[in-house]
Amino acid sequence: MTATTYRRPLPEPDVETRDFWEGLRRGEIVLKRCNGCGYYIHYPAPVCRNCLSTDIGNARMSGRGTVYSFIVTHHVVTPGFEDDAPYVVALVELEEQAGLRLVTNIVGCSPGDVRVGMPVEPVFDAVTPEVTLLKFRQAS
Amino acid sequence: MSRNPIEDKTAVVGIGWTEITRRSGVSVLSLAAEACLAAIGDAGLTPKDVDGLVEYQANDSVGALELADVLGVPAVNWYTDIRGGGDHAVSSVALAAMAVSSGACDTCVVYRALNGRSGHRFGAAKPSTMGGRDQWVLPYGYMVPPQWFAMWARTHMARYGTTHEQLGAIAVNQRRNATMNPRAVFQKPISMEDYLSSRWINEPFHIYDCTVEVDAACAVVVTSAERAQALRHKPVYIKGFAMGSFGRPSWEQWADMTEMYSKHVGEMLWRRTGLTAKDIDVAEVYDCFTYSMMCQLEDYGFCAKGEGGPFVASGAIALEGEIPVNTHGGLLSEGYIHGLNHSCEAVSQLRGDAGQRQVRGAQTALVTSGAGILGGGIVYHTK
Ligand SMILES: [Zn+2]
Repeated sequence: MTATTYRRPLPEPDVETRDFWEGLRRGEIVLKRCNGCGYYIHYPAPVCRNCLSTDIGNARMSGRGTVYSFIVTHHVVTPGFEDDAPYVVALVELEEQAGLRLVTNIVGCSPGDVRVGMPVEPVFDAVTPEVTLLKFRQAS
Repeated sequence: MSRNPIEDKTAVVGIGWTEITRRSGVSVLSLAAEACLAAIGDAGLTPKDVDGLVEYQANDSVGALELADVLGVPAVNWYTDIRGGGDHAVSSVALAAMAVSSGACDTCVVYRALNGRSGHRFGAAKPSTMGGRDQWVLPYGYMVPPQWFAMWARTHMARYGTTHEQLGAIAVNQRRNATMNPRAVFQKPISMEDYLSSRWINEPFHIYDCTVEVDAACAVVVTSAERAQALRHKPVYIKGFAMGSFGRPSWEQWADMTEMYSKHVGEMLWRRTGLTAKDIDVAEVYDCFTYSMMCQLEDYGFCAKGEGGPFVASGAIALEGEIPVNTHGGLLSEGYIHGLNHSCEAVSQLRGDAGQRQVRGAQTALVTSGAGILGGGIVYHTK
């Protein structure tokens, strides 16, 4: 698949998110973490909401998590997803911090097999030469 | 202790609607003007008596000054154009009450007008690349409210065992109410079988869990309590309101998605007004989706957290139940006038003008707006 045939929305990395998107291309999940108190900061922000420190660094995540919630989308409105319904959108909560969640797709199983609380592991999906998306599948 | 300095200082004295359709064939300006003139006329006033305007929109309405010009309002002493969502169905009326009670203006029209079906639809397609917070969600095909609220509903179903049939009980009950509302865009009853066999939008939501987009406008007129007593209808006083968010106001990072804004706002509203859910005779609860309404019923204290499913399925929310909810059919069946129609219906009920669907002896009403991370509640009553 080439960049010109990939029709779905693509991220526009910015100064706050560039490290995350570049990390995915290497097969790493890199989120922001406060160097003062260790709190993971997601969505990325220049201030730690826990201790108000502005000393924010990168942290590599294990990738292990659980499904906090999920939906099965049948009525498609996002451009490029027309041929993929029904598809699963999930909130995956990462093991490092309660409430630390990423929006993602669950792949590798049928929508009917996804459960709240299901352990998951990352899938690095290089959808274009420039962009890798972070999806998840049931943990082996 | 809690302050409530606006208590009973203002009242709603006029309400008005356009016809509610799926294709109005007229401009949003035309809808706004028609609904405002209807509400002003209902109060026994003319635009010459109006000196305040408040409206809310999502780039799909007309501004307050444009409407003032069109209606020939001689002097505007207060106006506000709010850009935002359904939470402003309550905050817009609250703002009018604050403007009138502070002396900023004397008589304020609040309106919402939209060609929400034939014109600017919610969740219209966005560009194919994006920055900001969109970059975290749109690449995964997660874009519109029917997805966000289905995600919230799932957490409640997983934790408390809430069922599709319980969500369906809301859709079926509200459609029944709409059969007694000549204004409602959908007046044909639906059965539980209809609900369960209807197509999926985003599991766990069927199409009947989702609001119906319409072309329409509605308006309310707020004035001072003193002036209200001289006007033609029994005044419907604004007892108090609360609005806001709490914790982490983020759709994905919200601490516990089985609760909504209403956990916080409900407590604040009851503290300010000195009331509880038991004092409410009729409730018009923001129902962008069935689940949004059910979760708010819990948060405002009509039943305990986690018991919303059995509560709505028990018949408690029916017209003859312990707390009639969304007596006009709600946004699910009367139509999505972005929630301001809930206030119009509450006023009809408190005046005793709701016809076949009248809740007998209703004196105190709760109207809520918004869902998820943000929203508000307002209490109206008659004396
Ligand atoms: Zn910190």
